[in-house]
Amino acid sequence: MATLLIPTALRAFAGGQPELDLDGSTAGEVIAALALKHPEIKEHLYEESGKLRSFINVYVGDENVKKLQGLDTPVKESDSVMLVPAIAGGRKWD
Amino acid sequence: MIALSKEDLEKIRRHAEAEYPYECCGLLLGKASVNSHEVHEAEPVPNTFEDGQRKRRFEISPDEFFRAEMKARRSGKELLGFYHSHPDCPEDASEYDRLHALPVYSYLIVSVEKGVSAGIKSWVLKSDRSVFEQEEVREI
Ligand SMILES: [Zn+2]
Repeated sequence: MATLLIPTALRAFAGGQPELDLDGSTAGEVIAALALKHPEIKEHLYEESGKLRSFINVYVGDENVKKLQGLDTPVKESDSVMLVPAIAGGRKWD
Repeated sequence: MIALSKEDLEKIRRHAEAEYPYECCGLLLGKASVNSHEVHEAEPVPNTFEDGQRKRRFEISPDEFFRAEMKARRSGKELLGFYHSHPDCPEDASEYDRLHALPVYSYLIVSVEKGVSAGIKSWVLKSDRSVFEQEEVREI
């Protein structure tokens, strides 16, 4: 179990909650538990193949799991896990 | 509607001009209520898009987003959205902006013409991602 912190844009697809306590012993399991509880968030997190979308980053504590063990990074009850979207954009390309 | 102080609007304009001809970007923190965002702080952050494309692209790194989200939570505020500039291009959200945006957040865009800030508009992505809708920018 861990506390999942949900950024504003994704809360609408997670029952409006800023954070949820969810079961799971790894970061990936905690996020899967969210998708199970709120299926409407699935398409915003996962590709059709079931892989997490490339612009969604996951933090355990204050570290990006890319620097840890990815979605297999273990979580303890006292850990917080955050979904962190990459933010990008730009002008018309001509 | 998004409301910002005169000082924050000025800060965004100066940031956009200082980064010209490159795109600038920043965070908007404050309070959210139904259909309105009240900005209490506009915070410039580095444009981390890859070298050679920053005249037309911006990226806010996940580390900056994480830090801002934690800061907002600790201070009882919310990350309301983001601002960026369009060098020598109108302040309309581009197709690239739409494809990379998330709903709910405000995307404030300032156009910079030959180094001088011009129009400012703000955009919110529809929840089905189909289109950006313009929201009123109010100076408070
Ligand atoms: Zn743009």
